[in-house]
Amino acid sequence: MNIQINNLSHFYDDSKVLNDINLEIMDGQILSIIGPSGCGKSTLLRLIGGLEKPSSGEITQIGSPPLDCLNAMTYIFQDFALLPWRTVEENISLVLEDHSLSSEVKRSVIDDVLDRTKLKDFSYALPKQLSGGMKQRVAIARALAVNPAVLLMDEPLSALDSQTRELLLEDFINLWHRKPFTAVYITHNLSEAVRLGHKIIVLSRRPGKIIETINIEKPIVDRKSIDKDLDQYQKYLWDIMHDEARATDAELLNV
Amino acid sequence: MSSKKHNSNSSNNININKPVPFVGKGYQPKTRRWMSYFVFFIIIAILELGTTTGVISSLTMPKPSDVLGTIIELFESGLLFKHLMPSTLRLVVGALIGISLGITIGTLIGLFSYIRSGLVPVIAAIFPIPKIALLPLFVIWFGIGEGSKYALIALGSFTPTVVATYGAVDNVDRTLIRMGQSFGLSWISIVYKIVLPGAMPGILSGLRISLAIAIILLVAAEMLGAEYGIGAYILEAGSLYDLERLFAGVTILSVLGIIVSVLITMIEQKILKWRI
Ligand SMILES: Nc1ncnc2c1ncn2[C@@H]1O[C@H](COP(=O)(O)OP(=O)(O)O)[C@@H](O)[C@H]1O
Ligand SMILES: [Mg+2]
Repeated sequence: MNIQINNLSHFYDDSKVLNDINLEIMDGQILSIIGPSGCGKSTLLRLIGGLEKPSSGEITQIGSPPLDCLNAMTYIFQDFALLPWRTVEENISLVLEDHSLSSEVKRSVIDDVLDRTKLKDFSYALPKQLSGGMKQRVAIARALAVNPAVLLMDEPLSALDSQTRELLLEDFINLWHRKPFTAVYITHNLSEAVRLGHKIIVLSRRPGKIIETINIEKPIVDRKSIDKDLDQYQKYLWDIMHDEARATDAELLNV
Repeated sequence: MSSKKHNSNSSNNININKPVPFVGKGYQPKTRRWMSYFVFFIIIAILELGTTTGVISSLTMPKPSDVLGTIIELFESGLLFKHLMPSTLRLVVGALIGISLGITIGTLIGLFSYIRSGLVPVIAAIFPIPKIALLPLFVIWFGIGEGSKYALIALGSFTPTVVATYGAVDNVDRTLIRMGQSFGLSWISIVYKIVLPGAMPGILSGLRISLAIAIILLVAAEMLGAEYGIGAYILEAGSLYDLERLFAGVTILSVLGIIVSVLITMIEQKILKWRI
């Protein structure tokens, strides 16, 4: 299933947040979105996920989600959003309970995602017992459990330290490699963007407008944390973002 | 002596090894159980000593040992249970009605903006009314029997429960609700699996206040038309200025309060294990 975004603009009250976005999210690919903070990245993701309605323009699903998909647009949140009173396993089961699945099917889905995210040994742990990286793994497992058509990730690694981030990035790449999924990956971290993205779009400062789109042909699994090919892309993107970031920094926050 | 002087104004002296002073003391709530026993013991010991020696006149304060004697006498004559049974029943029934209504209405206020706008002013108007003043009204509405007593206790525990509940619902982490919505959870699931468990800490600490108010109102409820009951016993002793029996009754109420508080703590420890 692809997602097509046409002429999308969005306002909060009278202030424009997103300006004429045109974009296609391709099935089985990862789309990275970068941009200075406050440019409307999270807003764009909320619009794609249907948590808010765009002021103008449309977002269309082309094709239908996979048959066993329980929730087409599925989020992974920056702050994990785990229920603290449920164990790892119960947090995953939460998103299955509203669907009429037999308990054997539920069991096998939970086992499968726990296995894929290496959480088998932690299924009875409460979130308070887990590190940040582990919590985000649980959130990823929960998202995979509904077999989403599109994974929507809003700076999923920002709350983690850099070593954990690298580990999770590798795990995430392996997950994708074993069973490709469609994802929109928002970040303000250029190296994450070029590590994961088949396509990378750069948003301008607010109101966010697409100022550059690049495609990286190198297969994701072949990309390394220190990678000459990626460096070129990263430098190029940084040159574009540099001026935007500086201008954003100089703006008074009009809150 | 001279070296000491030298040390005090030389910052790079290497001969002095002093541990870094610990300044992070206090401000950490810890349970020190013996402390409460100790405080009780001291207060009672002072009273006992004062009344025995006559420093405290027996007209102003009964002797703690006499109060204890009165309680034992009550127990032995079987009167204690005759008073305790109807009081406990009134407390349980009244508080159960008030608290369950309070949690329901409070949750509705927390969830629906129309209900909130309509009811919050009403609750704010009811809350400060001394419920005791309404006892005659309840007697007219529900009769002089048990009905008016249940109603008084129910109303008294209702308002603080409502306020605590909708505050707790307001404080549930919005991102968790967003998460539920984004996964397509039904409204009912979001309420039962996210909102209510998330509000539970706030609701339980509200219950402490509601139940304390219920015990306070127990005495008021037994002002009219109660032959037996701790409240009735206290009121009768009070009207006769019988300080020993008065204090015996008050002590029983205090013990009731402690039991309720311990019960809530036990519930909290059981169902709020997930808290950090
Ligand atoms: N619900 C809202 N109401 C009003 N303004 C909002 C709302 N959400 C976001 N904004 C504003 O829209 C702009 C873009 O926000 P956001 O999408 O969160 O940016 P980013 O995720 O790129 O940092 C910000 O200036 C923010 O203040
Ligand atoms: Mg954001």
